[in-house]
Formats: sequence, structure tokens, C-alpha cells
Amino acid sequence: MIDMAFVSPVFQWVVFVCAAVLALLGAIMMVTRRNPIHSALWLIVAFFSLAVIYLTLNAQFIAVAQVIVYAGAIMMLIIFVIMLIHLETGSVYRTRLSGPKAVGAVITIVLFLEIAAAVFTLRSGMGSAVAAGASGTAADLGAALYGKYLFPFEIASVLLLVGIVGAVILARREKERRVDGRPRP
Amino acid sequence: MLHGVPTSFYFALSGALFTIGAIGVITRRNAIVVFMCIELMLNGVNLTFIAAGNMLGSVDGMIFVFFIMTVAAAEAAIGLAIFVLLFRLRGSVNLDEIHLLKG
Repeated sequence: MIDMAFVSPVFQWVVFVCAAVLALLGAIMMVTRRNPIHSALWLIVAFFSLAVIYLTLNAQFIAVAQVIVYAGAIMMLIIFVIMLIHLETGSVYRTRLSGPKAVGAVITIVLFLEIAAAVFTLRSGMGSAVAAGASGTAADLGAALYGKYLFPFEIASVLLLVGIVGAVILARREKERRVDGRPRP
Repeated sequence: MLHGVPTSFYFALSGALFTIGAIGVITRRNAIVVFMCIELMLNGVNLTFIAAGNMLGSVDGMIFVFFIMTVAAAEAAIGLAIFVLLFRLRGSVNLDEIHLLKG
């Protein structure tokens, strides 16, 4: 596996700028498109470019998981539901930009300026992001996950199980119940 | 001599993604689009974790991201099931029309 610390800085900058611009473009288009299907497709663009940025940070396993879990599984679910409830056929909810919403958006931009100010006054942040020796291969991640973080890992698996059971129970048809509300024997 | 990309740029990018997601949550009215904006905000946070972990030479940031992805997957399954249920009940997933708890 190529260690990004030994890749030419010019190449690092080119990859970062391209991926960052694409991620921001995908995010902005996702928020502004009126059709939810278009929003979902632009969000996939943003997820893929974020996976590229993870690669430049030596996080190979997370980059692959990003493509599989986010761009694959979660976006597939979202597009499936959009088509299931017929949002793609023009029954699109018009966004009214009322006063409170505009104020909220402005306050959010102030939040971003605060984050940016905090980040750029951080002295240790101006060093190169890619430290030599830091590595995120599946082997390193697995050693931490099945050693130090074994208990949280088990909790996460229980959480996923609860999620699956909850989704099945929620999405079950109510026709199986009788009129008086009790389940059929 | 040109140095590599500073960590601050990664932090700024993640802040920008988080902000775009938050603006979407505030302004959009379609529940599924709002859900996608929340996923985008989670991704902004993930980028912060990975950049900071890389800066500190630690694998813990990636572990956090792994767990955030797990929670996001469970959240997607449950949330989308709720949207399907809501659509069956009300015929719409417009957030302005969902005010059952308003009293």
C-alpha cells in the first residue's frame, strides 16, 4: 500500500483540491435540487469524493467502507424509498423561504465562520496533514477493533440487530390486525 | 519547497460540508432530503475525526468513524421505515404537514 507521506506534495494538492471541490459541488447541488432523486445522486457524488479524501489521509479501510456503506447501502435504501413513495414523479414539495428559515440559514453560516476561525488559529493545524507512519489499513484497524475496542464493537452489533428488528416491525402491514386492534389469532 | 496539504484545510472542508448540511436541514421541507442532509453532516464529522487522527498518528479516529457508520446504517433503516409508515398514514412526507405533536 502506498504511504501518502511519500507522495509528491504537488500531487497531494491536486488530488485534495479536485476532491474537495467535487465534494462541495455535490453537497451544494444536493441541497438546492428540487427533485429528491437528483439530490440523492448528487449526494453519491459527494460521498465518492469524500472517499478519495479519506484515501489521501491514509485511511484506506474507511475509504472502502465509505463507498460500500454510504454510497452503496444507505443511498440504495434512500433511493428505494424515494421511488416507493412516488416522490420522483413531480409531487415535489415547494420550499418556501420564510423569514425564520432565512434567519436560521444565516446563523448557520455564522457557525461555519466560527469553525473556520477556530481551525485557522489552531497552531498545530498548519503542519502537513499526512503524518508518516500513520496507517489505516484493515490490519491496523482490525487490531484496534478486536483488541482495545472489542466491547464497543459488540455493542454496535447489538445496535444493528435492534435496528433490523425495529425496521421490520415498523414496516409491517397493519392489515394483519383486526378491526378491534388485537392481532389475528 | 511546497509542503503537503495542512490539516486545517481538511477541517475547513468538513466544516463547510457540515454547514451545507445544516442549511439543508433548516430550509428543505421534504423529510427524505432532510435525512440526506443529516447524512452529509455526519460525513463532515467523519472527515474531522479522520484528519485529526491522522495528524496525531492514531488509529482511534478511524474507529470512531467506523462506529458512526454503524449508527448511520441503523438510523437509515429505522428512519426510512418511519418515512414509509408516515407516507402510508398521511400520504405525504412534507415536514410542514407533520404536526401531530403540536396539540
